[in-house]
Amino acid sequence: MLWLPLLLCGAFLYVPILVIVGMSFNDGGSAYSWDGFGFRWYGELAGNGRLRSAVATSLVVAAGATLLATVLGTLLAVGLARHTRSRLLEASAMAPAILPDLLLAIGLLAFFHAASISKSASTILLAHAAFGTAFVVAVVRARLAGMDVAQEEASRDLGAGAVATFLRVTLPSIAPAVVAGALLVFTLSLDEFVIAYFTAGPTTQTLPIAVYSMVRVGVTPEINALATVLVVVSVAVVVVAARAVRRTEKA
Amino acid sequence: MSAEVTPVRGGRSRRLGRFIEPLVLLTPGFAFYAVLVAAPVLLVSSYAFATRGRFGGVEWTWDLSNFERALEPIYLEVLRSSVVLAGIATLVALLLGYPTAYAITKLPPRWRTVALVLVVVPFWTNFLIRMYAWIVLLNTQGVLNDALVATGLVEDRVSMLYTPAAVVVGFVYAYLPLMILPLYASLEKIDSELLEASANLGASRIRTLWSVMVPLTLPGIITGSILVFVPSLGNFVVPELLGGGKTVMVGNLIRDQFLKAQDWPFGSVLAMVVVVALVVLFTAQAWVTRRVEGEPRHG
Repeated sequence: MLWLPLLLCGAFLYVPILVIVGMSFNDGGSAYSWDGFGFRWYGELAGNGRLRSAVATSLVVAAGATLLATVLGTLLAVGLARHTRSRLLEASAMAPAILPDLLLAIGLLAFFHAASISKSASTILLAHAAFGTAFVVAVVRARLAGMDVAQEEASRDLGAGAVATFLRVTLPSIAPAVVAGALLVFTLSLDEFVIAYFTAGPTTQTLPIAVYSMVRVGVTPEINALATVLVVVSVAVVVVAARAVRRTEKA
Repeated sequence: MSAEVTPVRGGRSRRLGRFIEPLVLLTPGFAFYAVLVAAPVLLVSSYAFATRGRFGGVEWTWDLSNFERALEPIYLEVLRSSVVLAGIATLVALLLGYPTAYAITKLPPRWRTVALVLVVVPFWTNFLIRMYAWIVLLNTQGVLNDALVATGLVEDRVSMLYTPAAVVVGFVYAYLPLMILPLYASLEKIDSELLEASANLGASRIRTLWSVMVPLTLPGIITGSILVFVPSLGNFVVPELLGGGKTVMVGNLIRDQFLKAQDWPFGSVLAMVVVVALVVLFTAQAWVTRRVEGEPRHG
């Protein structure tokens, strides 16, 4: 009897994805009916300039948000772990990750408007860095909790300064968590739609915004091809990230 | 930076470092939050007490007129149906997720990891693409209809897209992994001897499930339910794409106030209503978790 829920759940989770992947190799013009095997829609996809620039925007936003969030989040996590026992500070550092995305989205829309900051890819970058920081704090803080402070104290007692100790002792030992946090922010930013939608300029399109406007207009087989590419990329990223984290943890 | 150039000589410079270090570490992050999280949230909260200006914009009237408006039957109905749809989605995810999570705990250890990864992988594919997949599946011309007609289950193609049921399916599909993972974590901790004891003492399997397993996994059930309910409640993408705009949830209402109607104060009030509901929910969760996990462990 135990195989039944596994089978049911597996089918529920994977049939939709497999149908899309299968239909992406449809040579016909319909998103529904099968007209033979072909790569026609991948060709169309490769020629879609709007999507290409959306991917570029998404990558720039994700890279910038990751950089900012990783630096701020790591500093916060170390500060929280080593210098305060305040649970309020700790909770506030993680709050943006728990806040409903729609609340942050309308808040930032109103805030950028009130501050007369015109919306663009940069405003999305800042918004993504804000919630990304919280995720980095959560991951790095967890790692620090299980760590012995003896090495850091030894370093200080032997005359190393605070910065030297941070760079040479603390940072190397939390490196796997920092990498994991950075990867998490990068993937979350690439996938994030609601906040990007509210903080994007009138002509800014990240990939999720472009997909949203495509899906809203109607079903085209081109989205099947795009979906397949995205599924393959995200599975690859998950596998590579898992391996990278495991390797840095062993080292 | 000054902490770096002061070597450990006297206690005084070290003590100064102890004061500066936390400032250097904590200030950038919290300053960033103050501008990009606290200020926006406070701004929206205060908009709730303002009124829409005659030409758009916001007039600071500091009254509760928008709260009164949110209590009008038409908006209460939207709030009610949002809670109902998100609630049904949570229940379906629980009924599908609980047996699945239990079955995973019974797999050999190696396969457990594989199964958990397989549960998570769809979660890492783009949210909009996953909703799009269901547009393709549920469409009158879609694969599911092909299958239903081919097997003779239905004679005519049924329109399943653009219904409240499609919205529920979308929520369940989107957030099922968030239900399964905490359930798995709770179920894995159960001592199987307790279940055997219950059976040996003559309890039926239903009784064992209800009186032993459910109480012991209550924290997992509640965490999973919140993780499905919360993002469903404020969602505007799924009702729009799978509900076809016929199903209006509070998220759609808030989005429209901000991006279409330009009535930011009313949109803010609706958002505050959702936030208050969520705070109540989280408080209840914390209370229940403390009660269940605070009890001494059996055995």
